[in-house]
Amino acid sequence: MTLVLFVEQVLNGLQFGIMLFLMAAGLTLVFGVMGLINLAHGSLYMIGAFAAAAAAGWTGSFLLALIAALGAAAAAGAIVELVVIRRLYDRDHLDQVLATFALILIFSEGTRWAFGSFPLFLDIPDYLSGTITLPGGIEYPLYRLTITLAGLAIAAGLFWLISRTRLGIRIRAGESDREMIAALGVNISRLYTIVFALGAALAGLAGAMVGAIQSVQVGMGEPVLILAFVVIVIGGIGSIKGALIGALMVGLTDTMGKLFLPQLFRLFMDNASATATGSALASMLIYILMAFVLIWRPQGLFGARA
Amino acid sequence: MNREFMVNSALLLGLVAIPLWAYVSDEPFTITLATRVAILALAGVGLNIALGLGGLVSLGHAAFFGIGGYAMGILASHAQSYTPLIESPFLLEGTKSMPLIWIAAIISSALMAMIIGALSLRTSGVYFIMITLAFGQMLYFFAISWPAYGGEDGLSIYVRNGFPGLNTLDPIQFFGISFTLLICALWLAARLAHSPFGLALNAARQSPQRVETVGLSPYQLRLVAFVISGAITGLAGALFADLNRFVSPSMFSWQTSGEIMVFVILGGVGRLFGPVAGAALFITLEHLLGGISEFWHIWLGLLLLLVVLFARGGIIGLLAGRGSAHD
Amino acid sequence: MTEPVLATFGLTKIFGAVCASSDVSLTLNQGEIHAIIGPNGAGKSTLISQICGGLKPDSGRVEFLGRDITTMPLRQRARLGLARTFQVSALAMDDTVLQNAILGNLGARGKPFDFFSSALKQKDLRKTAMLALERVGLADHIFTRTSELSHGQRRQLEVAVALTLRPKAFVMDEPMAGMGADGSRGMTTFLDGLRDEAPILLVEHDMDAVFALADRLSVLVYGQIIATGTVDEIRNDPDVRTAYLGDAA
Repeated sequence: MTLVLFVEQVLNGLQFGIMLFLMAAGLTLVFGVMGLINLAHGSLYMIGAFAAAAAAGWTGSFLLALIAALGAAAAAGAIVELVVIRRLYDRDHLDQVLATFALILIFSEGTRWAFGSFPLFLDIPDYLSGTITLPGGIEYPLYRLTITLAGLAIAAGLFWLISRTRLGIRIRAGESDREMIAALGVNISRLYTIVFALGAALAGLAGAMVGAIQSVQVGMGEPVLILAFVVIVIGGIGSIKGALIGALMVGLTDTMGKLFLPQLFRLFMDNASATATGSALASMLIYILMAFVLIWRPQGLFGARA
Repeated sequence: MNREFMVNSALLLGLVAIPLWAYVSDEPFTITLATRVAILALAGVGLNIALGLGGLVSLGHAAFFGIGGYAMGILASHAQSYTPLIESPFLLEGTKSMPLIWIAAIISSALMAMIIGALSLRTSGVYFIMITLAFGQMLYFFAISWPAYGGEDGLSIYVRNGFPGLNTLDPIQFFGISFTLLICALWLAARLAHSPFGLALNAARQSPQRVETVGLSPYQLRLVAFVISGAITGLAGALFADLNRFVSPSMFSWQTSGEIMVFVILGGVGRLFGPVAGAALFITLEHLLGGISEFWHIWLGLLLLLVVLFARGGIIGLLAGRGSAHD
Repeated sequence: MTEPVLATFGLTKIFGAVCASSDVSLTLNQGEIHAIIGPNGAGKSTLISQICGGLKPDSGRVEFLGRDITTMPLRQRARLGLARTFQVSALAMDDTVLQNAILGNLGARGKPFDFFSSALKQKDLRKTAMLALERVGLADHIFTRTSELSHGQRRQLEVAVALTLRPKAFVMDEPMAGMGADGSRGMTTFLDGLRDEAPILLVEHDMDAVFALADRLSVLVYGQIIATGTVDEIRNDPDVRTAYLGDAA
């Protein structure tokens, strides 16, 4: 175990955490403002990745691909909100779960129908490929560093949006008192559509950025969605700050667990079974983290008391 | 005799008549389809106890379905290779006996339901949904990364497990076993709904505060319901694995949880026979639409969306009308 | 003098800048109806929640049958014999009247984990429930869905559920709310006879009922008890007249 490897894995954990934050932020906003649980958020992530892969294939430009991802996911989000989601705000959580599960089926199969079952590949552009030498002589992939920084910048922008802008004030008002903002003359259904599309755009962007490291395929969104749920449970529903802290905790725990646990078990087991036990346990680590948070603070780290 | 009773009877009659007809006309595949309906309905009956009676929206029931499946896979694979499961502190051998496997499946999934329930029920509403989903996913990843029992590839069993006095390889006899267990579970669920426990659980769903004021603990009631629910779904998992003679991590996947829930909802939440109607419709659709289009899930999704948005109460609700307060 | 059944000592609860309960000490003795009156927002509901559980006081304590129950969870207080009725009904609305009454008795028995027998066919459960429903006058409505009852009938059912618990003391939050004049008179007569079974701590807005029923009255204003005494003492208390009855009389 070298320091270089350790720093590299911390950076990987950060990158993973930041991408999770982009997913979790939208989910937690939508829940905080509209009281809606959206399982189809993973589909928006997938749509972002597919839009990026398609746009990159056409134009060859990675930047245009990202813009396409943002646009496609935001548009899909807005349409879904207008057609389906807004009928669900007054329904119970069960109906929301089922309707958004139905949306997953429709989106996933629709994408399979349009793009086929084979994974697509989104290439890292030349100017972002290769590695960069960090202080201390650590070689780290430039692309991963870029998306980490981009994600951090987006997170900062989101905090600014929520705390400083007129839209942010309305969003926060919507979280605390729905009737109040309606009484203030804010067009509430438009606000909802905007919030939903904003969350969708963040998910789509994350999908596109991660899509360049992994493959772009149907079903890529749901595992990330479930991790984002873990993030929200840890951070507390409705809290953007909680989502950020939770996402970083999950990202780092997962990455570090996969690195350290097999090594830890090697201290008192033979190599093969240490790897097996260690990686099996590592795959459960973030859920164990979630369980501890639940025992300690059932409402999450930054959640309001239920 | 009210309409719901007639609808239920018709459902059961159909579920018996179709495989019998298929047996006479020698179409084993249709019998297998009916067996799938019975097994998936059994899983749904389990979920319905938590969901319909207890109001607990669990999106993690695949955890129990999968545990049941792996209970079968692990016991049978050890019996198949003549290696003991545990040697110390006591000897535990594998087995190919269905009743023993069922007991193992029920106990292990009940234990898992107790752990997951004890943690998840500390919360409610949307937290509960997310947490059950997350725990299901945890077991999925565990099954994938645990190499001893096949990891990602799963476990195959060469010969279906045995039941004393029956030839389980004969499709109609295996259907009979599955159907009988379904009937037992339905009977249990019906008794439960009208029992003092069911009454208290039902009240805890509607007004937890009321249940507290009469001196009962909603948490305990829900936990017990969750354990019973998980155990029944676990039993269904063991049967499902036996039907396919194969168990894999996909039994733990979130799609499985979602699908079990879809049976319950398509059929009608809280209706005794809702899961039966839902599973029958699901398998029929899969068979019919799957034959027409490779992308039949789109149609399933649209149908589900329409049911949720416009036809609350599911199939049984549609056929039998709104339920009255039971007397 | 015998020990009070229920007593609070210096209960204080502060929400932000609002003092919802300030040093509230009161007693409920065997065989009496002790009414708490006060204007809206005086802190009556907060006080009840601290007595029955659900809200923890910042300081002070609650004693019931000589035991300190200040931090005891709601359901344990219920099991000790403290029965509460709600101002806004907390009943199982989709269930029938009979089912709600049986639930009460089920709690009193403390054994809800009976999975196979039929709740409605158990003789003892049903008998106790029916008896309670007859006493409050709901015997003709046992198979009615609770959501179809009038507001007054729901109050009656609340009281019936409390009766099935065979409590040692009642805490009733506005049992007459939403009742017509006849209903109020009926409930007044009923509660009048109930005090010998178990004492009642009664929060009520209906002054006719309060003056007819109460052995003692406490007046709660801004979270503080400003006077306690018999109906006549309270009627003639100058502080009460100015603070509260002044605008009513």
